[in-house]
Amino acid sequence: MWQILKQIVSAGIPTEKAPVPAPLSQQAETGQIQSAILTILGRALCIRFVDAGSCNGCELEINALNNPYYNIEGLGIKIVASPRHADMLLVTGPVSRNMEEALILAYEAIPDPKLVVAIGECACTGGIFGESYASCGKVSNVIPVGVTIPGCPPTPNAILAGILSAVTSRAQVASF
Amino acid sequence: MDTEVFAEKYAISFNLLEGVVPACIADVSRPDWLRIAELVKNDGGRLIAIWGTDRRPLEDHYAISVVYCAAEGLLWLRLTVAEAGNYPDLSALFPAAERMQRTLFELIGIAAIDAEDVRPWLNHGKWPKDYFPLQSNCTGSEHFSTPLEPYPFVTVTGDGVHEIAVGPIHAGVIEPGHFRFSVVGEKVLRLEQQLGYTHKGIDRLLIGKSITDGARIAGRVSGDSTVAFAWAYCMAVESISRCQVPQRAAWLRALLLERERIANHLGDLGALGNDAGLAIGLSQFMRLKEDWVRLSHQLFGHRFMMDLVIPGGVTIDLDRAGIDLLSEQLNKIEKEVSVLRSIYDEHAGLQDRFISAGRVLPKLAADLGLCGLVGRASGQAFDARADHKISPYDKFNVRMATHRNGDVAARVTVRFEEISESIRLSRQILFQLPPGETVTKLDGAVAGQFGAGWIEGWRGAILVAVETDAQGAILRCHCHDPSWQNWPVLQHAIMGNIVPDFPLINKSFNLSYSGQDL
Repeated sequence: MWQILKQIVSAGIPTEKAPVPAPLSQQAETGQIQSAILTILGRALCIRFVDAGSCNGCELEINALNNPYYNIEGLGIKIVASPRHADMLLVTGPVSRNMEEALILAYEAIPDPKLVVAIGECACTGGIFGESYASCGKVSNVIPVGVTIPGCPPTPNAILAGILSAVTSRAQVASF
Repeated sequence: MDTEVFAEKYAISFNLLEGVVPACIADVSRPDWLRIAELVKNDGGRLIAIWGTDRRPLEDHYAISVVYCAAEGLLWLRLTVAEAGNYPDLSALFPAAERMQRTLFELIGIAAIDAEDVRPWLNHGKWPKDYFPLQSNCTGSEHFSTPLEPYPFVTVTGDGVHEIAVGPIHAGVIEPGHFRFSVVGEKVLRLEQQLGYTHKGIDRLLIGKSITDGARIAGRVSGDSTVAFAWAYCMAVESISRCQVPQRAAWLRALLLERERIANHLGDLGALGNDAGLAIGLSQFMRLKEDWVRLSHQLFGHRFMMDLVIPGGVTIDLDRAGIDLLSEQLNKIEKEVSVLRSIYDEHAGLQDRFISAGRVLPKLAADLGLCGLVGRASGQAFDARADHKISPYDKFNVRMATHRNGDVAARVTVRFEEISESIRLSRQILFQLPPGETVTKLDGAVAGQFGAGWIEGWRGAILVAVETDAQGAILRCHCHDPSWQNWPVLQHAIMGNIVPDFPLINKSFNLSYSGQDL
């Protein structure tokens, strides 16, 4: 136990400031992002992740969002197990034909407004795999996509910025 | 490697493949196909991969290839098969062949005769049963609108037995696949996997590509093993074009490979702590992994080192300052991992979950062909870096980590020991890095050739086999991930354990979906 406590203290808190998309202020602190999410959604942001056929590179970066440097749970963002608990769908990969139906079911299970963020080159454009007998190509060929985050794979900061911009763009739509 | 030894042992003549991998190739007759398989098996050899090639652009037949790993090196046997023909089943001798043979049929339409399990594997119903994408009359870009079909799982019956269906979408941030558990209460009687969900047509995509263009695709077979796959691919095409990679490039490749191994082991050790309820393990190891990949990004321009290994060499180089940064990081990580290891070792609750969970005894592991780091935790002492000393590993004297307990605890220990060994190797590379060029030009296209690459990735040994066509482009490129061998063994590892231990046992294997689905 002593060793665990010593390790926790010596490692300290490495959490960094989150990248901030417009229209939030550039100097946004964790608290500001939390309150922005609360204002827009009225609660913490819950995300359901679906790998629709990726090479697993993008998954490494989405997992990295949970490490102490990015600490997305500290910002009020949680990756949840059921689409029915989720406000947002994060999708990676070209959509394989074998995953097409599962992706549509997950999308349908998410309550409105069904925010969808496509992560990585393959999800945005079909990428190196494109369309074929086995691949439907980009995510927007299968379900409507709100925000695309290119990169192979995109960095955790790029993914976080994309997630936040999907939330804030939702606020703009709602204000019309 | 001496082909005479093989010729004497198997009574057929072999041709040595060019390049750094000790491998030889032979065309065999139908009777020899099974005779040699038995000899290999009795001699302690292992089946690595089976695939089919439509060689009709060049010749008037198909070819079925099998690669075995013997103590001396790789044996690549080719059997000529006519259209709509078949080949003798190997799964009775090597159980690992079963899913590969089912896949081979679906891709190319040549079946293993007398095979017991002929259920579809990749084809979930989304394309017709008589559509074979690797046949030369198909383009691979055909679109179909057939519906998904239910998979005929084996059902378990009896008093109180029920099924738990999981996936293809899993609860966490992981790849898709379906697991069907048959349970009584909390106890798992049987697990059956249905994979293929991430099949995106990589085999078809590679056909017709130039041998330089294939590297980017090979590096995306399984993102967490991008260096290993890219290196194995490059090794194969360098063998085809008789290209000698500069020593400095080979050493830098080994540095990248060891960095990939450490990055993945750090991530797994954190996740294993977390799956057993020790959250500090996850946050501390994830912090170390983040530091690790950030330095890769700083020095090499990519956090996971994608596209750095290219045919002919590497795209990166290291100066004094870079070497100092890497050495410093090795010292820091070594110290931190040793603290975390003692926390893991001394944590009674954690060890209680690790010890005896998901046990695969050495006998079962050998029978089923378990390999890679999971195999080494079950007494299967194979590591291509140590066994075949492929350049530059001939200079390093790799110490293999092996244990015989075969449980989650053993798989955790192997990971810790491999991190230490990879740190030692990385130090040696940084200390003795030879001077010179980092890339050499690949001499154009070479027609009608065969080449093989064989690399011990962090998960296990990766094989990439390439055949070129009459123009020197790719006629067939087969990328083999060790997950093929290890997925079926996971079905055995979970038997008799309780359902809540499955995530932990699964994580201790940490197999690739994409690497096997292709």
